[in-house]
Amino acid sequence: MYFGLSEDQIFFQDNVKKFLEDNAPLDVIRKIANEDDKTSKEDLHKGIITLGINNILIPEDNGGLGLDLLFATAVSQSLGEGIATLPFSGSYVMAPIAIKYGASEEQRNFYLNEMSNNNFNFSIGFSEFFGSRNESELSFLKNKVNGKTFFVMDFDYATHIMVCDKDGQIGIVSLESTGIEVVDLITVDKTRVFKEIIFKNTEIDILENTSSSKEAIDNAIDAGRIVIAADSLGASKAMLDKAIEYSKERKQFNRAIGSFQAVKHMCAEMAAELEPCYSILWHAAHSFDSKEKNKKIMACHAKSHISDISKMVSKKATEVHGGMGFTDLLGLHYWFKRIGVNRQMLGSPEIVREEAAKSQGL
Amino acid sequence: MDLNFGKKYKDFTKEVKDFCKKYKGIHFIDSSKVPLSGSFKSGEIKMTRSDWQKILIEKGYFARSIPSEYGGYGGESDIIKSRIIAEEFAKSKIPPPMGGQGIDMLVPTLLELGTEEQKQKYIKPTLHGEIIWCQGYSEPNAGSDLASLQTKGELIDGNWVINGQKIWTSTAQYSQMMFCLVRTEPDASKHAGISYLLIPMDTPGIEIRPLVDMTLNAGFNEVFFTDVTIPEKNIVGKRGEGWAVANATLSHERGSLSDPNAMMNRLNSLIDRMKKETINGEKVINNPVYRDKLMKIQGKVIAFQSNSLRVLSAKLNKNQDVKIAAMIQKLVGTELRHELEGFAIDIMGELGTLYENSPNIRDGGSWQIAYMYFLGLIIGGGTSQIQKNIISERGLGMPKEPKVQQGA
Repeated sequence: MYFGLSEDQIFFQDNVKKFLEDNAPLDVIRKIANEDDKTSKEDLHKGIITLGINNILIPEDNGGLGLDLLFATAVSQSLGEGIATLPFSGSYVMAPIAIKYGASEEQRNFYLNEMSNNNFNFSIGFSEFFGSRNESELSFLKNKVNGKTFFVMDFDYATHIMVCDKDGQIGIVSLESTGIEVVDLITVDKTRVFKEIIFKNTEIDILENTSSSKEAIDNAIDAGRIVIAADSLGASKAMLDKAIEYSKERKQFNRAIGSFQAVKHMCAEMAAELEPCYSILWHAAHSFDSKEKNKKIMACHAKSHISDISKMVSKKATEVHGGMGFTDLLGLHYWFKRIGVNRQMLGSPEIVREEAAKSQGL
Repeated sequence: MDLNFGKKYKDFTKEVKDFCKKYKGIHFIDSSKVPLSGSFKSGEIKMTRSDWQKILIEKGYFARSIPSEYGGYGGESDIIKSRIIAEEFAKSKIPPPMGGQGIDMLVPTLLELGTEEQKQKYIKPTLHGEIIWCQGYSEPNAGSDLASLQTKGELIDGNWVINGQKIWTSTAQYSQMMFCLVRTEPDASKHAGISYLLIPMDTPGIEIRPLVDMTLNAGFNEVFFTDVTIPEKNIVGKRGEGWAVANATLSHERGSLSDPNAMMNRLNSLIDRMKKETINGEKVINNPVYRDKLMKIQGKVIAFQSNSLRVLSAKLNKNQDVKIAAMIQKLVGTELRHELEGFAIDIMGELGTLYENSPNIRDGGSWQIAYMYFLGLIIGGGTSQIQKNIISERGLGMPKEPKVQQGA
């Protein structure tokens, strides 16, 4: 019995962390986020691809690393911690999983091979399935898609868009097709790219098994929720570490503010709530990998619970920094906003908890 | 990640399941007032608690790693087996082994630091439930700052003569013995002046006054000592080493205050209750607000349970670092349990306030009792605030509060 990340997983995680520390310090993040510096971003993406983060979940037969979701989860923690301005949860986790469960054999080999060669890169728009809003609706008819969907994620290097309708049927649209309108969405979190997409009679390749089964959409969303939770947890860890560090340096009343119980207890509360988050996160990823029957409940709770705790941490860690925490100068807000956006992605906590209730027959 | 315990444990789990089936519906004839740590249904099989302890020891389900010469099973310590036992007992609601401060705290201390004579004399009857112990640590003026305790012990003619007062002494009224911290070296510094003494509760000069708590049970006592005289040899460790001896046991206590299996049982009872209760004809479980709150609590309980698995794993895999994960369990576990019990009261609304033997009471009034009891546990064994000091200073390496000038 061993509950935790393996040596390999920790090694991979540390590599990604170190890469970001070396190559993406705050001034680089700032350039990419605020000034849309495409060269810096491209360098970062190329570098991280060499570590293989795009290939984690692609089977070895298709040129990937053939690793499991716990690996991806471990990596995602580092991406959140280092506030990586890169695609991951959609392009490199949800897309291969949706294809694995939803595609015909022919589709599967075609797409996965192109993905591992880095020829194809997917952005993901699954909002219609878990929380369609007034203005949006997608309809698939034969091999055409019509309508609008919000919050298409990981559009950074997209060559294709993977979308689904309210029934969980998944299809792939090449960005070379006609009838695609891409609208920039500007969120508070400028480290990532979101779009609204409007389709007009656009050609779509429906993943064959998804018209009869929800396995693909369910698995893709469960996995997406777990890795997004991991991203928030990594970001929360970074915020807590910064808060502790600051509290030891900053002096008021001739004392380090970290020696005041008011400050100390805030940090203890953050740590006390974060520790079980690692546990539920890895447990959820493990349940997913070993296809346990409670895997959906675990994925939902990992996402909603970690979203709640991360929200608390993002507030308290900012407060520990006092006025400086509120400034752009310190850049703490990048993590704060990342956590804020993650919380809503693939379902706000209330939506996700209702799914947890339904999936256990309540 | 590997959550399988392996074939050996699969067989063991089956054995324990069969055992639980056999003893389901056990009922104690000496319904002693000493509370058990879990909930169980009483039934047809009748025996004394002491008999039950003996059966459990014989099977190796209790006192597993305690040498047989002291009345234990005499086996290898096996935390996976311990966990399987705890889980299966909780699932089938048969009574867990007796706990209490004698078994959970004194026995490990004696094994580590007691004399051979003390081990021979006390451990076996304690394991069998024949000697109940109480803990004499806190005093009216020594709570969070325990080391400032003032109960005095003087060595006169080969006997300790004790004067002073203890408070928050659970089970003092049923106990045969007390393990007690006493100031024996008044000239030494605060921590170095304390000794750990074993006091028979029938010694003349001991007065026990029940302290009724908010649940209206006398869960605690005040214990007064007036020239209480006990033999010199009733000391564990040397004179002035009592603080170190006590610290060995405090860590045993903190771990035992928040049991994830009991928490999961309570959550399941809460879900059952929500399926039964109705508001204006609609089941509470279908009310979106209550439902969401339930799921929120379930998420926390699962996270807490997963965390205890991680802590367990670190005991099996020595290279795993779970320092903070282990440190937070008392704080998070007691606070969460209190929240869970309180939420159960909310879903019952007005009916949730019923108490004692009121008509219409649900689940024997257990939700109100536990709601208050767990507030007691949030405070006891190191308050949540003390826990936060420990987590921040020892876990996160934050600077200590500057010391105010010390009084003796």
